[in-house]
Amino acid sequence: MPKRKLTRARLDAMRVEAKTLLAANRREVLVCAGTGCIAGGSLHIYDEVKRLCEERGLKTHVALKSENSGSGDLHFKKTGCHGFCEMGPLLQIEPEGILYTHVKPSDAEEIVERTILKGEVIERLLYTLDGVSYPKDSEIPFYKLQKRLVLENCGYTDAEDLDEYIARDGYVAFEKALFEMTDESICKEILDSGLRGRGGAGFPMGRKWDSVRRQPKGKKYVVCNGDEGDPGAFMDRSIMEGNPHSIIEGMLIAGLAAGSDEGYIYVRAEYPLAVDRLRTAIAKAEQLGLLGERIMGTDYSFHLHINRGAGAFVCGEGSALTASIEGKRGMPRVKPPRTVEHGLWGQPTILNNVETYANVPLILRKGAAWFRSIGTEKSSGTKAFALTGNVVNTGLIEVPMGTTLREIIFDIGGGIKNGKKFKAVQIGGPAGGCLTEEHLDMPLDFDSLKSVGAIIGSGGLVVMDEDTCMVETARFFMSFTQNESCGKCVPCREGTKRMLEILTRIVNNEGTLADLDLLESLSATISEAALCGLGQAACNPVISTLKYFRDEYLAHVVDKHCPRCNGRKVKLVIDPELCRGCGKCRKNCPMEAITGEIRKPHVIDTDKCIKCGACWSNCPFGAIREE
Amino acid sequence: MGKQSALQRVEEIIEGYGCRRENLIAMMQDIQNEYKYLSTEALELIADKLNIGVAKVYSVATFYENFSLEAKGRYIVKVCCGTACHVRKSQPIYDGLREYLDLHGKQKTSSDGLFTLETVACLGACGLSPVMTVNDEVYPKMTPESAIDLLKTLRAKEETSHAEA
Repeated sequence: MPKRKLTRARLDAMRVEAKTLLAANRREVLVCAGTGCIAGGSLHIYDEVKRLCEERGLKTHVALKSENSGSGDLHFKKTGCHGFCEMGPLLQIEPEGILYTHVKPSDAEEIVERTILKGEVIERLLYTLDGVSYPKDSEIPFYKLQKRLVLENCGYTDAEDLDEYIARDGYVAFEKALFEMTDESICKEILDSGLRGRGGAGFPMGRKWDSVRRQPKGKKYVVCNGDEGDPGAFMDRSIMEGNPHSIIEGMLIAGLAAGSDEGYIYVRAEYPLAVDRLRTAIAKAEQLGLLGERIMGTDYSFHLHINRGAGAFVCGEGSALTASIEGKRGMPRVKPPRTVEHGLWGQPTILNNVETYANVPLILRKGAAWFRSIGTEKSSGTKAFALTGNVVNTGLIEVPMGTTLREIIFDIGGGIKNGKKFKAVQIGGPAGGCLTEEHLDMPLDFDSLKSVGAIIGSGGLVVMDEDTCMVETARFFMSFTQNESCGKCVPCREGTKRMLEILTRIVNNEGTLADLDLLESLSATISEAALCGLGQAACNPVISTLKYFRDEYLAHVVDKHCPRCNGRKVKLVIDPELCRGCGKCRKNCPMEAITGEIRKPHVIDTDKCIKCGACWSNCPFGAIREE
Repeated sequence: MGKQSALQRVEEIIEGYGCRRENLIAMMQDIQNEYKYLSTEALELIADKLNIGVAKVYSVATFYENFSLEAKGRYIVKVCCGTACHVRKSQPIYDGLREYLDLHGKQKTSSDGLFTLETVACLGACGLSPVMTVNDEVYPKMTPESAIDLLKTLRAKEETSHAEA
């Protein structure tokens, strides 16, 4: 059958048809198919529930538009990340909005028998908090306090179903841009919306796009940075998996604004599912005629490619990313010239991250003024955060810019795990800084974070409780950055190595006070002199922990004992020369690991010893040392 | 399978990408998918076909973490060392597995050639931390004990299938 050419009228007609189907198609079984829930076995649950429904003679279908679908059918969907990863695997029944948590394949039978056939709610599978169970996801505090715009479709739609995306006003913004706007007016709309890059630095998007637009005509590129390498961040992965068409639409609009006909999406190798979903989405868009030559009968052509990363964190940096797409070592280069002038293959390039592109269709569809009404004056819109670490509700959230940490960690996140005390939150990954109790009520936006030496970064929030040693945390980040340093410039290559050596020394209680000064001066040098963002920001975790948790450094350096990490790597021994056999250590040992007769040297059984240091701090003769 | 036919597949992959320089990373990924590592012969063939120096190919292959120039075990075990996993204690899992597999120094593959132990920077499954993967299948909420049990099960499975064969 020859492919019918896509026109605006045909796309609109398709949308009307899809909307009708969506409205009629009432009963839905949604199974979360994000990486997290799949790892928890959600696909087995999907298969099992579907099989049991079919066994009972229920009609099922898996796509919005399927042949002979009737209104009584069950629509089965594998959705993108629903966000509430802590409670996964998740299964939701629509239109009732019943959300089941921690579902196991063995629950399938009961779900089919009771909920799907009889409409009953299974109490034990509901989310409960403080004795209250929540049948509907919209009422759960975790969701209620969020504002999901970019993630709106994630968790509710089938990521692979283009019809459903179209039914939910997908590609409306692109149509508007293509037929009703000029390149200049698109850039102006984005500028007016106040959208700032969601990848870290928060550069105003409208200005970036306009710079590329103003470059002389010729080959230009649109690149999407899906190399979300910050440990503890998975917002972009969830968008790529759960709403891939929003990225394609955003890039199509960017291409229109810049005068580009070719785009690349660079995705981390660690995200195979995201690559699959994007590939499927691109293939479907091409098939329909949303991508390709002379789109919808206009002069605009746009082709989109996917590049998989190969495991180099530095490729999240703009110039390193473009080098990697060109098939080279992903090393950053000296700037200027900037990417907008000299990007991929030396051509002017719009380079944005995933979440930024996903915001674009919303802005064009609902208007710049609407977007500006969300968030704060200088940071408009929402931001997705990955909430992880020692917090009760780990998961993916989206809140308006300017929401406070307290609201995120305590109201949405449900507080600290195991009733522990909040200590700090690492924001912005290994390039970010830590925020402490004093920052809990600070609004989270680009500028207020900058003022305290942290960055939003891509949006990873790793919560740490009172038991976390901040020196060890700083060492951990430094070992990450050191490992990922590309080796091109000396300050980063050598500097991070020495920083790591010093930090390791301190963690092992072998550091001196002079080491702290050395850390500070090295940090200053590296931040000033490194070539790219990775190096310049590498010392941020050290600088901020030194500022806010200096006492923990002192515990390692002066006391030679950290109550949090218990000098994990060392062994406590009693020096027989110094021990007078007073027995004080034996009495104080909570593990009964110390034995010995009175007035004779005692010994520690290292197998029983938990290195708590009780003996060490009670010894009147200083006979206990670390080995 | 002889050496000749092994390289033939490499050649097919390179030609599938039209021998284009910019697809160097993609073709090496495909070759590694097939053979689990990049052999010297494969790298030389790429250089030859793309008409670039072997050093250039080698420089790209060694730059990226995902490429391996050494043969790996049948099971590739990766322990996530991302921040979220780290604060939920992934290091003891890695240490425990190293001890179980009796790995020393820079050794990554167990002496029976069955397991290769690696770390991986954040898999993005932080909600399930600490996580590890075995041949890209994700195992959530691990402990050192459950990780070792998993490897024991896999080893037992290998031994039975070996005995049957």
